[in-house]
Formats: sequence, C-alpha cells, structure tokens
Amino acid sequence: MTEIVEILLSASFWAAVVRIASPLIFATLGELICERAGVLNLGIEGIMVAGAFAGWMAVYSGTGLWTGVAVAMGAGMLFGLLHATLTVPFGLSQHVVGLGITLLATSATYYAYRLALPEVTSPPRIEPFQPWEVPLLSDIPLIGPALFAQTPLTYLAFVLTAVVALVLTRTPLGLALRAAGENPAAVEAQGLSVTGLRMGAVMVGSGLMAVGGAFLTMSAFSSFFFEMVNGRGWICIALVVFGAWKPGKAVLGALLFAAFDALQVRLQQTPLGADIPYQLFLMTPYVLSILALVLMSRRAAVPAALMVPYNRGTR
Amino acid sequence: MRLEPVAAPGLARTLGLPALALAGTFVVGALLVLAAGADPFATFGLIVQGAAGSKFAALETLNRATPLIFTGLAIAVAFRAKLWNIGAEAQLYAGALATVVLGTSALGLPPALMWPAMAGAAVIAGGLVLLGPVLLKVRLGVDEVVTTLLFNFIMLLFVSMLLEGPLKDPMGMGWPKSEALPRDYRLPRLVEGLRLHWGFALALIAAVVVWLIETRTTLGYEIRAVGQNARAARFAGIPVNRVLVKTALLSGGLAALAGFSEVSGLKGNLTQDLSPGFGYTGIIVAMLALLHPLGVVVSALFVAGIFVGADSMSRAAGVPSYIADILLATALLAMVLAILLTRFRVVRG
Amino acid sequence: MSGPDGAARDVVLRLDGITKRFGKLTANDRIDLALHRGEVMALLGENGAGKTTLMNILFGHYTADEGTVEVEGRPLPPGAPGAALKAGVGMVHQHFTLADNMTVLENILLGTEPLWTPRLGRRAARARVEALSRDFGLAVHPDARVATLSVGERQRVEILKALYRDARILILDEPTAVLTPQETAALFQTLRKMVARGLSVIFISHKLNEVMAISSRVAVLRHGRLVGEVATADTDRHRLAELMVGSEIVTPAPGTATPGAALLTLAAVRTAPRGDRPGLQGIDLSLRAGQITGLAGVSGNGQGALADLLSGLTAPTGGQMTLGIAAVTDWTPRAALAAGIGRIPEDRHDTGSIADFTLTENAVLEGYGSRPFSRRGVMDWTAARRHAADLIATYDVRCPGPDARIRLLSGGNMQKLILGRVLETGPMVILANQPVRGLDIGAVTYVQERLIAARDRGAAVLLISEDLDEVLTMADVIHVISEGRLSPPFPRGSKTPAELGAWMAGQGFDHAA
Repeated sequence: MTEIVEILLSASFWAAVVRIASPLIFATLGELICERAGVLNLGIEGIMVAGAFAGWMAVYSGTGLWTGVAVAMGAGMLFGLLHATLTVPFGLSQHVVGLGITLLATSATYYAYRLALPEVTSPPRIEPFQPWEVPLLSDIPLIGPALFAQTPLTYLAFVLTAVVALVLTRTPLGLALRAAGENPAAVEAQGLSVTGLRMGAVMVGSGLMAVGGAFLTMSAFSSFFFEMVNGRGWICIALVVFGAWKPGKAVLGALLFAAFDALQVRLQQTPLGADIPYQLFLMTPYVLSILALVLMSRRAAVPAALMVPYNRGTR
Repeated sequence: MRLEPVAAPGLARTLGLPALALAGTFVVGALLVLAAGADPFATFGLIVQGAAGSKFAALETLNRATPLIFTGLAIAVAFRAKLWNIGAEAQLYAGALATVVLGTSALGLPPALMWPAMAGAAVIAGGLVLLGPVLLKVRLGVDEVVTTLLFNFIMLLFVSMLLEGPLKDPMGMGWPKSEALPRDYRLPRLVEGLRLHWGFALALIAAVVVWLIETRTTLGYEIRAVGQNARAARFAGIPVNRVLVKTALLSGGLAALAGFSEVSGLKGNLTQDLSPGFGYTGIIVAMLALLHPLGVVVSALFVAGIFVGADSMSRAAGVPSYIADILLATALLAMVLAILLTRFRVVRG
Repeated sequence: MSGPDGAARDVVLRLDGITKRFGKLTANDRIDLALHRGEVMALLGENGAGKTTLMNILFGHYTADEGTVEVEGRPLPPGAPGAALKAGVGMVHQHFTLADNMTVLENILLGTEPLWTPRLGRRAARARVEALSRDFGLAVHPDARVATLSVGERQRVEILKALYRDARILILDEPTAVLTPQETAALFQTLRKMVARGLSVIFISHKLNEVMAISSRVAVLRHGRLVGEVATADTDRHRLAELMVGSEIVTPAPGTATPGAALLTLAAVRTAPRGDRPGLQGIDLSLRAGQITGLAGVSGNGQGALADLLSGLTAPTGGQMTLGIAAVTDWTPRAALAAGIGRIPEDRHDTGSIADFTLTENAVLEGYGSRPFSRRGVMDWTAARRHAADLIATYDVRCPGPDARIRLLSGGNMQKLILGRVLETGPMVILANQPVRGLDIGAVTYVQERLIAARDRGAAVLLISEDLDEVLTMADVIHVISEGRLSPPFPRGSKTPAELGAWMAGQGFDHAA
C-alpha cells in the first residue's frame, strides 16, 4: 500500500496520467462525434495508426510540427470519407466497413512506411512537441506539472473537449447532429440532410482520431513503431460508452483510465510488482475497458439511431 | 441519391458486380505496385507463381489456407447469426493452449485417442472463450464487437505469461515457447512425402459439416432466423439467447480448431507468434465467401494464395508484402459494396 | 374575392400533371390538384391509392417523372427536400418524425436556424412556442422530453413544428387514426382556427365521417388517379365511399356470437413498465370461446404490453393468468404456441415475418421444431414446402411461389400468409393485433371474414385496434385500455363512440382502480 501512496503523491505520476490520456481524449472525442450522429466507427484503430504515421512522416520530411498535425488530420479525414461513403449513403454494415477500414488503414500505413524507409532497421526520430510550461502555474505542487507543463497538443485536447461539448449542446449544428443520431427521419422532415450531417461527423471524427494517433509519434514518443497504437482505438470505443456519449464524462473516463495505466507501469517497478508477471499489468487496460462496458451496460443512453442506416423515402 | 430494391436482379448484375469489385481491387493493387516503382503485371505474375507456381508453393498455400478455413468458418457461422465475433484470434490461441497442455501432459494415451481428445479440448476451450462476451451480450447488452476485440489482447498476454511461466520449455534456451508435442501426437501427413497434414482434411470436413448444419438442421434454421431478424425469431418462439450461445460455442470451437491444427499439424509447439492474425483474416475470408461455408474453402485458398504469393514476390521484386493485406482489405470493402448493389440500384431523387 | 377568378388568384398550392412510376406500377397518374387559401381540403383514398407518394413528391423525397408543383405561384424545384418547407408547407406525418430523447423545444428548433449560427436562441424560441400553443390551442410543455408525451401531445408538437416555421399550408396524413374522438374534436378546433387565419390545410384520410365533418372540398384518389373532386356540401358518405373504392363498400357482417367458456383469463395481472410507458396495472380480462373481444384505446396505452403478454414475450409480474383451467407459470412464446394461442403481430414486416426468408421458411417459423417439418433436429424441407404451397392456395396468397422471398409480397399477401400460418394450427385463442392496418379494402375484408369464421368455429378472438370504427364493427364485446388500465367489458352497442372516447381519455377508471 505504501508504494501506491508514494506513487500517487509523485508529480511525475500525475503528469504521466495527463500525457497518457491525451491521445485517448482526441480519439474518444472523434468516436463520440461519429456515434452521436449515428455512426459507429470501428475504423478508429487503423485511422490512429495512419495518423501516427502521416504526422510523423510529414515532420520527418521537413514540415513543421503543426503542419504534421494537419497532415495527420487530413489522412484521417480521407479514411473517414471512405468509411462515411460506404456506411451513410450506401448504408453498409458499420461493423464490416469499420473493421475493413482498420485493416486497410493499418496495412496501407505499413506499406507506405516500407516504401518510404526501405533500408532502415530502426525508425528515425523527429524533434517532437516540447512542453509549454505556464509560468507560475506549473510550479504548483502535483497539479502544476500535470496540467501546466504539457505539450501544446495536450492543451488542445482539453480545449477541444470543451468545444465539442459546447457545439453539441448549444448550437444548431450540434442539435442537428444529435438528432441525426436519435431519429434521422426527424432531421429529414425539417429539411436538413442526414447524409451530409453524418458524413461530416464521420470525417471530422476520423480526423480527430488521426490526431490522437499523431500524438503518439509527435508528442509522447518521437518515432513510429508498428503496433504502437496497440488497441487504444478499441479502448476509446469503450470510453465513449463509459462516458455515456457525453464529452466531459468520456474525458474523465480517459483520465481515470490513464491513471490506472500509469499506476500499473509504476507498480511493475516496485518490489511488489516484481513478483507478479508483467503481463497481468499489461492486461489491465483491456480488462478495465471490458469492466467499464459491463458497468455502464444498463445505464448508458445510447443514441437511438446508432448503427441504423437511413435510406430516404423508405420509412 | 437513394437506394431502390431490384426485384429480380439479372445474372449480369449478380455476377458482374462482384467481378467488377475484384477487378477494382487489382487496379488499386496495380497503382500501389507502381508507387513502389515496380511493374504491376510482373508483380502480379510473381504473386501467382509464388502461390501456385510449383508443388512447394501450392502446398505452402494449402497449409496457409488450413487455419484460415477454420477461422473463416468460425466467423461465417457467427456473422450468420449477426453475432459479431471479432475474437477468433483469442479463440485460436485458446485452442492451441488446450492442445499443448493436453498433448504434453504425459497421459500415455494412444494417438488415435489423443487426437480427438486434443481437438475436443480445443473446441471446448475456444467455445468457452467466446461464451464470456456472448453472455455479457445476452444478459447485459454489452456490445460483443468491443469485448471480443479486447479479449484478443488479453489472451495474447495470457499466452505470453504462460509461455514465460508454467508452460515454458525448460530446453527452450530462454525463448518463450512451450514444450513440443510428442512425435506420435502430431497429426500425420495427408500423403506421405508431401508437406500437408491432416488438419487440411479436417478443415474440409468442418466446412461440409457447417454447411449441413446451416441448411439441413433446425439449429441452422434458427441461426439464420436470429441473424436475419431477431425480433421475429423471438416472437415465433425461437429461443434467441440460447441460439446465440450455441452459435458462440460452435464459432469459438471452429476458431479453436485452427489453433489445434497449427500446433499438432504444423508447428508442434506453441509460441507467441503462432498466428499472424489468422483470426482477423478470417473476417475477410468469411465476407468474401458471402458467409457460405463451402465458399469459405475457396476464399481461404484465394486469401492464402495472396499471402503466400506476396511473401515470395516481396523477396524477389522488392514490393513490400503488406500489399497482400491492402489487396484483401480493399477486396472486402469493394465486395460488400458490390453485393449491396446487386440487390439495390442507386437512383437520384 | 369570390367567384372563379378570385378563387384562381387564391390558389396557394397547385399540383399539375404529377406522374410517378415505380417499375410497372404507376403510383400517381397525371394528378392535378389546387388548394385554396383558408380551406380544408380532404384527400381521400384507401391504402395504396397513391396519397403518400404524392406527398413524398411534394416534399422532394421523390422526384416526379412528370408534372410540376407550385406554391403561391412559384414552382418548387423537384427532388429538393426542404424546398417545400422553405416555401411554407408543413407536414404532419402519420408516423411522427420526432426524436424521442430530445425535448419538445429542441425538436421544434431543429433545422430552423442556419447550422453555423454560434448559439441556439432558446429563450426567444420558447416564448414563441408558448405563444403559438396559446393561439392555436396546442397545449404542450416545451421542456418535456418527447418520450414522455402521449400520442395526442406528440401530434401537437408536430403541428407546432410547422407553425413555428411559419407554414401557410399544413398537410396532415391520417391525423385522427391515433386519437380519441375527443382529441379529434380538439384537433378540428385547431384546424378551424388555422383556416380562419388564412392558413390552408390538406387533410389526408380514409375516414368518411371525419372528412365530412372538417373539409370544405374533397379530392378522391384511386389506384393512383384523381377520380373525383367535389365540394363537401354537395356529397355524402355513400357517394364518397363509392368514389374511393369504385364500388359499394362491403363491411363484413359479424352476425351474432354465441359465447362459450372463458378460454383465457387474466385476474389483476401486472407487467413491468416498458421504457417511459407504464405496463399493465392489474387488469381483469376474460376471453370467451366464440366471441370477438375488441380492445379500443389510443396507441401506447398498454396495448403493446397486453399483446406481448399474450404472445409470451413477457411474463406477468403480478396477478393470475389462467388458460382454460390451468394457471400459467413458465411463460414464453413457445409456451403460448403450445397452449394453442395463435398470434397475429402488429408489425407484419418486422415481427410477423423475416423479409429475406422465403415463403416456405416463413410458413414454418412457428412450427419448424416439430413434425412434420423436422425430426430430431433435421429439417424436412419437402414437407415445409408442401405446407407453404397449401397455405398459398388456401389463403389466396398472390406470390411467385413458395421459394420467393416474402419481402417481394404486398402487405395484404404477407398478412394472408401470416394469417394462414396462425389459423392452420387451429388455435383456440387468437390474438389479432392491428390485423388490417395499412391493407387495401379487399385484404381488409378477407382478414376480417377469416377472423369471424374462426370465432364461429369456437375460437376466442382478441382484436386490438387503434381504429375505433373497426372495433365497433367487429367486436362482440369491447374493453377500453388507458394507461395500462382496462375498462369493464361493454357488450356490442351498449356504448356510443363518444362514451368510449371518454374512457379512452382515461375517464371512468377511478372507481375501477
């Protein structure tokens, strides 16, 4: 127990929690936008891989970091466009298309990596985003390093959370998006285009997923590795459910989740952790995700038209 | 745009569109080969040659197809019931684990008893692995896509833990691998002198059995009814949850047979890299076969051929072998679209 | 302003030569219609006459093959959803287009402001909605979640949606189908207020007495053609009926019933609530042999709960359910079938059949598990196919054959197959939930005659319908259901529609509760 308390009182732990949560926040918000509009996007895992590679590759070939983020977002939106075209106007199974997009995005990324860097054995490094320390605030014990000494992408993640929440609840666009996820016929009857809303949501959402992936290569680490996304996309889908499709709650879920993750990494290095197979620690994120799904199973307010394709005129 | 049902689609539509989808896939592939600075025709030629150009290549393809038939069947039967089992990878490893645990536990049984015992244990283990997510689905309404996906990661870590712990081969020079099955317990070759084991025959038998179940039995009828319209099925008195559980046991068991066959027929022991994603590729195999059990055999051969061919092409032509995965993912998406368009036409307004 | 010239100037909506074909079927055949300012025009026609297609063209969901639509003199671009809305045409669909999990205000505001406006002007909007509610007698709370509203309230929200957008023309598709007679009267009040203010209304219906009561002009559609256009004052119910159907309407004569023993009895039965709707609140019901029991009520008041209970989909949470003389314990759809309950579900497309299954596969949906259709888990498709062929012949199912997919059948033929599947087992209790909704007159008569025949051979029939007229014609004894409570049985002819309407609105239950 003393080990856990010690970890919880260290500033580096809390800084790590926020850092681990950041990519999850981007991708969770992206998935949440898709699902609120009525589309389950199982392409998330592959889109994160593509985003991680595209952003990193852009920077490696000489663009600025923010341009890299934009490139990642663009790559994500491209896959989002493919997903949306197949699932929205054509109404194909969101399960099959999503998994197909994940396979396609992942393999296309690996192919592009091999083409771009045919000779290398270990991937080259880039100069990633550096922390911006907010004067004074970053000196606050525990909270300071966690909240005010992060990279700009982390700050962006939190700003985005507020923006997404406000747009969804306070603007005509958000109202229309939510309605598209609740009853597309109502949207159509009021003269709006369900197809347009849903496709837009999937594209923007996919863009955010890709930025989540890019966080890994451009802020958390400085290189691209195969398998680096490692199920984070699936975890984000669980986080959307855990957050009951609300941005604020989903982000709290991401932080909670990151806290467990950071804790298990640190516990591994304690004497207590040495006696337990490390695989059990590594399992915790996945087990927690399943647990989160089970806990929320009865309560969650699923968008009523999630996964229900809409075909005009055939009501 | 709007989709309008086609009442009686003609032959040109039902065959032409899927053919077009495959053609489109290869156009995409050709563009990728060009991007790699190689000649598409030569590259595709090398893939075909690598997949079926020699006896060795053809046998390699058949061997690679064996686990894919099992996982393809597992997914086809589950998707038939709209049970989204994306966890065939985990079930495969469960089957492999059961095979290794039983096969290395010095029971002293004759091989003729040992093979069915190991296969049976594998089937049970695989079924149980899928049972968890399915019970969560029917009891609590937890979406099985995410749980089965997450189970894959958990199972791989679990296998890794066992391979570095209780199952570790003491003679393995520190590598995380299990003890090998005794020679007698390995599945024999189908034909003496050819590198193809009985697992392939078992896969073919499994495909026929699944086909018979789907078309000739009440269980098959129930599975199809539940998948097509669970509300109507429940109303008509079909015990939907029980059918889903049976489907799960069948599907998980089939995927586990892939693990059994790989361990006892090909590898002899269990390692962390026993499956290069056979569970996920099974989704493509099943979808390309339109979930038809006999079609799964054909599409597994096709998919295996592309993988084996791409591996050998990659060594020769320098185009990354990941092109195989891209081709298959593209084929999957193009095919589901083509199948939709055989039944619906796109109309304006 | 009067006289033919004045009237011509006052045309607010003009449909000119509208034609729409679906394959071989001509759904609309050169239809010309003109709606005048300040009038209620009824659009009369039975199911499948082309009313819905016409409205879908007006709203841009379909593009007409020929013809034009003009609103207040300006042509509407074809196939542009939203153009009609912008031009001031509002529509209240038969199946409401409301998002249940959102509030009334959110539903009304949806799509009324440009999407990229930074804020929803909720406060101003609420004030306007409240003013409109007052002016037109449309009481509803702006912040209520739609899921918690009654059917009548939802319809008011739909009308408010149109008024909020300054609609000058309002189209109502079968608006009274789901209302009590009293709610219908209130709706007519609202419509009269609207036309008094210069709005125009198209009232789509197949109920002749309501058409006579509210409209000033009637246009009649039959088989996609406009077959008559008359001033309401110059016609009567019989002539309208003949125009609509093309011949005299034959309503089935149920004759007199000879009730026997109670085959199924519910005593103080309760069921669990369904979402935002209450379950059954301790009801007493007794279904007698040789009698049609009618269940009247506004939709969403417990009909679904009762139907699910008798179908075996839900089990009672309290009270006693008795079949014959045996108390029911383990209750599932299979148990209900085994007990001899035949079930015709409300939704034949989604519950009664499996669209992509063949007629054969659908014909054995309930009986596949036993002989002759299967033995020891192995299907006998020859026997199944023979059975399907028998049903097709006996029940006059028009179809390509037993191997055709059922999705290709019309609603009436689909319902005949389901009816055959149920009746061929010789059930002693028959649950018929909205058995004729959406069918054309021929199929309606067929289904009703079969149900009467089943009663005459001694079956106990429960007929659930939201159409009070149907219940009044068919039922030997009537119960009214309201908020999960059941009225006492009223023998045929003992209550007027208005009295039943009061019960439907929940009056009279207090002493019973």
